[in-house]
Amino acid sequence: MNVLEFTALVWLGSVIAGFLGSLTGLGGGVVLVPLLTLFFKVDIRYAVGASLVSVIATSSGAAAAYVKEGISNIRIGMFLEIATTLGAVLGAFLAVRISTGTIAIVFGAVLLYSAYVAGQPRTKDPLDDVPDPLATRLRLNGSFPTPEGMRHYCVRRVPAGFSLMFGAGALSGLLGIGSGAVKVLAMDQAMRIPFKVSTTTSNFMIGVTAAASAGVYLSRGYIDPGLSMPVMLGVLTGSFLGSRMLFKAETKSLRLVFSAIILLLGAQMLYKGMAGKI
Amino acid sequence: MEEGIGTLLRTGVLLSAAIVFLGGALYLARHGESPTDYRVFRGEPSELRQIRGIVHEAISLRGRGIIQLGLLLLIATPVARVIFSIFGFAAEKDYLYVGFASVVLVILVCGLLGSS
Repeated sequence: MNVLEFTALVWLGSVIAGFLGSLTGLGGGVVLVPLLTLFFKVDIRYAVGASLVSVIATSSGAAAAYVKEGISNIRIGMFLEIATTLGAVLGAFLAVRISTGTIAIVFGAVLLYSAYVAGQPRTKDPLDDVPDPLATRLRLNGSFPTPEGMRHYCVRRVPAGFSLMFGAGALSGLLGIGSGAVKVLAMDQAMRIPFKVSTTTSNFMIGVTAAASAGVYLSRGYIDPGLSMPVMLGVLTGSFLGSRMLFKAETKSLRLVFSAIILLLGAQMLYKGMAGKI
Repeated sequence: MEEGIGTLLRTGVLLSAAIVFLGGALYLARHGESPTDYRVFRGEPSELRQIRGIVHEAISLRGRGIIQLGLLLLIATPVARVIFSIFGFAAEKDYLYVGFASVVLVILVCGLLGSS
């Protein structure tokens, strides 16, 4: 394959990954790395570098829109970014020290978990409004616009959420993904943040989290311009199209299809990692 | 502050995408026929790993250097957002969050510089 053909095919694959990722809210990164390593036979280190760059692009692009609409909670984002950036630096330092097989195995496990999360119905937004003292002191509680007017919400279990976000950041730095699935666990389940606020705020944080590990990746030579160019431009195009379709498409069946794809990719990454083929 | 952050992020992403696209067009025009091989990890040459080298390569109008400059700008976009937030929180006299944002900035700078 010459450079032109390779670029065109990778671009097309990245458009699809970005499209599915934005429709399901899981982000394009989780399918990108398996796509590049399993189908295009790219070394996982180049794949992770290209994915990390594309994650910064999509999250910043989407965050720009959500922030203006006042859905994302900037204080929650800023506070939790302390945890995710610390985790991301640690993850990137680990990534350049452990074997590619181990990275593939961890990636496979995260994919299987993401498939489970994507297949789950959305958790109902909590209705109880009892303030948590720590969240109040940190001014994390907020409100967001709904069709019925502004809705107020209270944040819970701040320490648990903060620790989980550290883990999400470490996975992001290790695997070059946004780790949306872990963030859902931290913000929806532990901190009880309403779905719309947690997804958009998590999106807001992903760019900063990825930037924290990008320096390590760049200086280690993981970020290849020839590969990152079609990946970044493709994912950006795909997620833009996806966000346009978000309100028209039947997302429930789509989520099921997407989680089935992730499940397959996860199983294959696990197998290849264990067999030492990556 | 929300308006400013939104504009900053959008501008950063669009500008970097445009630079990457330009560099990509140049790279494809010159090297489109060459074979690709990403199977074996060699790592990037040193001039594409550091800021100074990348800027130098981009000024020499090398396609890969221009792409890398665009990616560098993309990485800088969230960092600029954090710096902007520090001033935003300061204007709101929210010193707790000026502190939080500053901590994040220090971690980011350590991550970006500590590695090279």
